[in-house]
Amino acid sequence: MPPINFKLKPIGIQSYLRIFRGIIMAWETVIGLEIHSQLNTKSKIFSGASTEFGAKPNTQACAVDLGLPGVLPVLNKEAVHMALRFGLAVNAKINQHSIFERKNYFYPDLPKGYQISQFEIPIVGKGAIDISTKEGGTKMVGITRAHLEEDAGKSIHDLYEDYSAIDLNRAGTPLLEIVSEPDMRSAKEAVAYAKKIHALVQYIGICDGNMQEGSFRCDANVSIRKKDTEELGTRTELKNINSFKFLEKAINIEIERQQDILEDGGNVVQETRLYDAVKDETRSMRTKEEANDYKYFPDPDLLPVDIENELLTEIKNSLPELPTEKKNRFVSEFGLSDYDAENLTAQKSLADYYEAMLNDGADAKVSANWVMGELSASLNKNQIDIQDSPISAKELSELVKRINDDTISGKIAKGVFKDMWEGNGRVDDIIQNQGLKQMTDVGAIEGIIDGIIANNSEQVEQFKAGNTKLLGYFVGQVMKATQGKANPKQVNQILNEKLS
Amino acid sequence: MHTLSVAELSKSLKNKEFSAVELTQHYLDRINRSDLNAFITVTDELALSQAREADAKLANGSGSVLTGIPFAQKDIFCTKGVKTSAGSKILDPFISPYDATLSHKLNIENMVMLGKTNMDEFAMGSSNENSFYGPVKNPWNKKMVPGGSSGGSAAAVAGRLSPFATGTDTGGSIRQPSSLCGITGIKPTYGRVSRYGMIAYASSLDQAGPMTQTAEDAALILNAIAGFDEKDSTSAPRDVPDYTKSLRDSIKSLKIGIPKEFFLEGLDSSVEKVITESMKEFEAMGAKLQEISLPNSTYAIPTYYIVAPCECSSNLSRLDGVRYGYRCKDPKDLNDLYLRSRSEGFGDEVKRRIMIGTYALSAGYYDAYYLKAQKVRHLISEDFKRAFKKVDIIMGPVSPTTAFELGAIKDPVSMYLADIYTLSANLAGLPGMSIPAGFSNNLPVGLQMIGNYWSEEVLLNAAHQFQTQTDWHSVLPENI
Repeated sequence: MPPINFKLKPIGIQSYLRIFRGIIMAWETVIGLEIHSQLNTKSKIFSGASTEFGAKPNTQACAVDLGLPGVLPVLNKEAVHMALRFGLAVNAKINQHSIFERKNYFYPDLPKGYQISQFEIPIVGKGAIDISTKEGGTKMVGITRAHLEEDAGKSIHDLYEDYSAIDLNRAGTPLLEIVSEPDMRSAKEAVAYAKKIHALVQYIGICDGNMQEGSFRCDANVSIRKKDTEELGTRTELKNINSFKFLEKAINIEIERQQDILEDGGNVVQETRLYDAVKDETRSMRTKEEANDYKYFPDPDLLPVDIENELLTEIKNSLPELPTEKKNRFVSEFGLSDYDAENLTAQKSLADYYEAMLNDGADAKVSANWVMGELSASLNKNQIDIQDSPISAKELSELVKRINDDTISGKIAKGVFKDMWEGNGRVDDIIQNQGLKQMTDVGAIEGIIDGIIANNSEQVEQFKAGNTKLLGYFVGQVMKATQGKANPKQVNQILNEKLS
Repeated sequence: MHTLSVAELSKSLKNKEFSAVELTQHYLDRINRSDLNAFITVTDELALSQAREADAKLANGSGSVLTGIPFAQKDIFCTKGVKTSAGSKILDPFISPYDATLSHKLNIENMVMLGKTNMDEFAMGSSNENSFYGPVKNPWNKKMVPGGSSGGSAAAVAGRLSPFATGTDTGGSIRQPSSLCGITGIKPTYGRVSRYGMIAYASSLDQAGPMTQTAEDAALILNAIAGFDEKDSTSAPRDVPDYTKSLRDSIKSLKIGIPKEFFLEGLDSSVEKVITESMKEFEAMGAKLQEISLPNSTYAIPTYYIVAPCECSSNLSRLDGVRYGYRCKDPKDLNDLYLRSRSEGFGDEVKRRIMIGTYALSAGYYDAYYLKAQKVRHLISEDFKRAFKKVDIIMGPVSPTTAFELGAIKDPVSMYLADIYTLSANLAGLPGMSIPAGFSNNLPVGLQMIGNYWSEEVLLNAAHQFQTQTDWHSVLPENI
């Protein structure tokens, strides 16, 4: 066997600088997000074609979506209502008079040679949303605006060797572009904000939030500046981020990249950068100089969108309980901690599941522990949405009730949960069939304890001499003898009586 | 039978004096013998099958007043299964897979489409010389232009190759060729007729209308094509009156405004004379004339030549060689595909307007051009609003001259002057009309009438009354 040749890579001054960056130079990160949220209307924003995902290429594109000569857009009112739902949910200023404009650029998956969007006057103006910080407090993130626009089609470059393919099924799908203020100071905060918006759009039923299918897409504007300075640094825009994990990664490597440049005395170039999840890097897509002049102007084919007060009132009244309201209610009504309430209300489906358990009579705190503990862990491990959970809220609530009424212990319950997950029947059947019911017969437990005391005289002596830690040993022996079925409370109580 | 108006043909068809098939064949024969180049596509077979259907309807009495009437469709309207080129090479290969709303509305009346008429490419032009399919000749003098952009439609009606034709008017494209060819044409209020399926030139100005022999015919056709269309957000949700009802109303005490700005330098004196004479005719019928002023109308040309090119530069972006229409041979890459397909596919005037529009919308120029033009446009509308507080109708020339010689005007800016009196109505969105009012050197002169919003009835009524007192509309070119 040849000797292994170890050679340590010499570490350069740059690396030292990088390591001690936090000490040598204090940078502050500034992040703003642009979120494209696909609205789940039945038909497209300006045509009657279906918006369903996954159909055969170009089967869901009508004359309007294809941009045939002579066709005209007609605004889908449902998309407007959804934008208003969002605006009202973030307490934004609603522009009751907004207009659609044309964003002009050429690309093969943009059939008309322009995208119908909103520019000067978006339907939703300034608003704000609270996010939780890692210190346990909350922070308000400003929302600059949210505007309606149509999605482009898809270009597919890897299907054929000699040419690209175009699928226009997505062309004309309604999007709500939600633009934040540059209020976030770390990748973690950016993720917290994105998750909050993600939860909100699902809460108010305007987006399915599916990031894999591209229903919810984030672009991040990232810049850094010396701490305690006011002026913003030159920003880059990161695109092609399709998960929260990648959002955090992409921002962090971009921060690193910008720090390297600035500390080497260079300048950050204003540009759009593409995140590559495989290589975990960002690379330049186009610089500001290469950017299009979009030549925005009001679309003469569409009338201004004028919103009546009555409609706003109607939509406001139709909004469901929002995440923050729900969280506060969970704290006050169920006595949950802020942390638990925040977690349980992060997804509407999770909160609904939890509340269904409570409505079935399960204990609030125990239920919270089970939903966030065993259930969430199993769902995550198997990558199942809570809507598709093999254990229904009613079933889990039965399990919790059996813990609370002392039928089984929490420990036994974990085994029962596993059986339920695997589809081995309902709670009571599993307990019955496997004989898991807790021993509550005092006489029987006393009998077992008497036996154990008789067989462990040495430990009894020590206990009586003051080594009270040995109580655990006796409890363990009892549980062993009863296969865990003895009620731990009862065991403790009887042991204490007999040993004193 | 080709000298009969739509109203007269309707009666003859109903009385079985001839069948729709016979009538259609007669017009098809005339088209085939014609050297006017008025048509890009003649739809013989389709026309005859439509005529047969119409005859069946007429036979069982379920036809409408327009059933079986042949017409010529401007090639800017999409017609299912039929080439729809808009006079451009770039759409030469385009067979529309759908019908424009206007096409559909004429179809459900069981009318007979003879073919698609020649036009300036994408409706940009005032002489019909900007067509990929060659210029159209004026039936009154074949050395002369028919006007544009609806030159093929105007020549087809004037040459009696069709009882009537459809047209579109963005800056005068119905009225100016109607004037130069001696026919009746109306551009309705913006929003009166659906634009769905009408290939867009300048969306905020484009409006379709009929080009006919008489005001009565125009009323009959407008009845069929006007009205709200849920496919066009800019079409007006207003009821459509029966435009034939008010034709015979008296125009006694009709207040006519004559804008002094329409009679300044540049107006041909022989045209002016015809217009003045026709005013006297109206006066004789009891109308009251008064001079008015539309001070901002003098800015109509520069305003129009910002607004229209801006919109067209964007409207024509979809013609990129990717999905339909002309595509250059062997494109090297995407940029080459765009560049050559568009460079080879568009004509000079279209390219000129795309470039003007692209420039005017560019960052840094938008406020100075597009926004400024919109402000002036507003002022032009305000002039009209003020005027219509005093008068019921505004009258003046359609065009500063009669038809000019083919090839005579080479400078594009001089050509733009041909629409000096018609542009304002488009910028304001008002209805405008041209009716035959006399002749100058054996060439027709049109009188322009501009009405208040939604006052097509007033225009048609005044035009019809004029046509009961004069014969200008029934004078035919030689050899018809």
